[in-house]
Amino acid sequence: MSAIIKAEHLSFAYPGDGDTPAVPVLHDVSFEIEEGSFVAVLGHNGCGKSTLAKLLCMILEPDEGILYINGKDMTSEDITDEDIYDARRRVGMVFQNPDNQLVATIVEEDVAFGCENLGIPSEKIRKRVDEALDTVGMRKYARHATHRLSGGQKQRIAIAGVLAMRRKCIIFDESTAMLDPGGRKEVMDTICRLNREEGITVIHITHYMNEATLADRVIVMNDGRIIMDGTPGQVFSCADKLWEAGLDVPQTTELLWRMKEAGYNVRLDIFDPEECASEIAKAIAEKR
Amino acid sequence: MGKIELHNITYVYGKGAPYEIKALDDVTLSFEEGKIIGLIGHTGSGKSTLVQMLNGLLKPDSGKVLLDGKDIWEEPKKIRDVRFKVGLVMQYPEYQLFDETVESDIAFGPKNMGMNEEDIVKAVREAAQFAGLKEKHLKKSPFDLSGGQKRRAALAGVIAMGPSVLVLDEPAAGLDPGARRRILTRIKDYQRQSGTTVIIVSHSMEDMAMYCDTVVVMNHGRVTMTGTPAEVFSRADELLSQGLDVPAITKVARALREKGVDIGLDIYTVNFAAHRLLGEEV
Repeated sequence: MSAIIKAEHLSFAYPGDGDTPAVPVLHDVSFEIEEGSFVAVLGHNGCGKSTLAKLLCMILEPDEGILYINGKDMTSEDITDEDIYDARRRVGMVFQNPDNQLVATIVEEDVAFGCENLGIPSEKIRKRVDEALDTVGMRKYARHATHRLSGGQKQRIAIAGVLAMRRKCIIFDESTAMLDPGGRKEVMDTICRLNREEGITVIHITHYMNEATLADRVIVMNDGRIIMDGTPGQVFSCADKLWEAGLDVPQTTELLWRMKEAGYNVRLDIFDPEECASEIAKAIAEKR
Repeated sequence: MGKIELHNITYVYGKGAPYEIKALDDVTLSFEEGKIIGLIGHTGSGKSTLVQMLNGLLKPDSGKVLLDGKDIWEEPKKIRDVRFKVGLVMQYPEYQLFDETVESDIAFGPKNMGMNEEDIVKAVREAAQFAGLKEKHLKKSPFDLSGGQKRRAALAGVIAMGPSVLVLDEPAAGLDPGARRRILTRIKDYQRQSGTTVIIVSHSMEDMAMYCDTVVVMNHGRVTMTGTPAEVFSRADELLSQGLDVPAITKVARALREKGVDIGLDIYTVNFAAHRLLGEEV
């Protein structure tokens, strides 16, 4: 598999203005995102997650370091506007607030908006919009008014808009944060399906630890640096390090951690309550 | 007597229209003074409608709302006084910040109440302190604060009015785990020190379990359960059937019982579970 995104030693600071000094946000960040993978990014507010997302979409430019999109160096001197457009056509983004990213009053018109701006012929747009709405399970709402939808439905429309533009990689910047549990599940189910069935590369920024356990890989950021990078099992097993970074671990992991501290022989990389109970029952039986 | 009591409240949106929805259906409920009460229920269960009954933003179609034993709609012209006594912090309150400095934003409520200059200054200082804002934040524009600080500034604006009931709709939504804990701990400390009755609406079962004395569950415009977190969460099957989730740790406790390790079903925090399993101090 090849890397759709490769970052080498990225640094970024928001420029100062007059009396206000520049605010450094990212320090020497390096990683690769494999095509077709599902990566969760965790970190407390202000740790640089969203800034990183904006760099990857080329909404912002890094001060230092090299960013490759699909193997092409986007930070090189002789990069053309055409190259940037081309890279932006690969990476799409879904934001946090469902009410801030819908532009049209009718669902299908909103989904078509991005394609229209790309100058795609209308019969093709029709087809893409229908397919995208099918993928997020919103086809029957095609002619509904966007303002009457629930938060979860609005986010799925935003996702459909990105899909219609045929993005190979989608960055979700806390796209579930403002939703209720039902809406959150709708969106997470959609994200997982896009990744597994459509092969779309997913970068999911979140505060919900249970969402991160669904990913193949978890990157943890703190104060503009990557402090952990591994499978959910590997990352959440290091509960103390996460607590130190102001994050939580899933309740199952916390309980297993406490059992282990007390001398029981348990694995820490378990997130399913049933499996967690089995592991504990087994360890208790062993100890007797 | 409860601090606020609801007697047979019914409320219908769009009465007579094709979209008529009965949001509250004969709700009777008492909120005990000086407690933190959690209100849970899935979207559309009537939580937000109920909250708007408490300070008279909505008037019930039938039934009575009693504040300190007095019907709040007895003299409709005095409903403004009720709104000073029952402070409502809406969802994402930071979107409602508007003034030039944090200080004047917090002072907006007290000013409208007709407090004198001296008392306003005092109320603003105290509220800011309760919300965890420092002196240096007060002179700043609210728009230069971080997300968590903005939320706390908005909270201070309501606390400054010195309400005897504080109602918060999803106070921790969208915050990271550290900021969640900080704001909820602030609210709990404030409640302890001031004796205010606090009502929190939330979807987070974990937060409810950790911070509330009493939990009220709503479904289809009715109250379906009331009790301590232990009482409510031990009825996990009913919660699940009402489209609600239970904390992961509660599920672990249930699964453990099936596997012959019985630590009880009234488990809702990791501390509790560890205590029962290991005999550790809670």
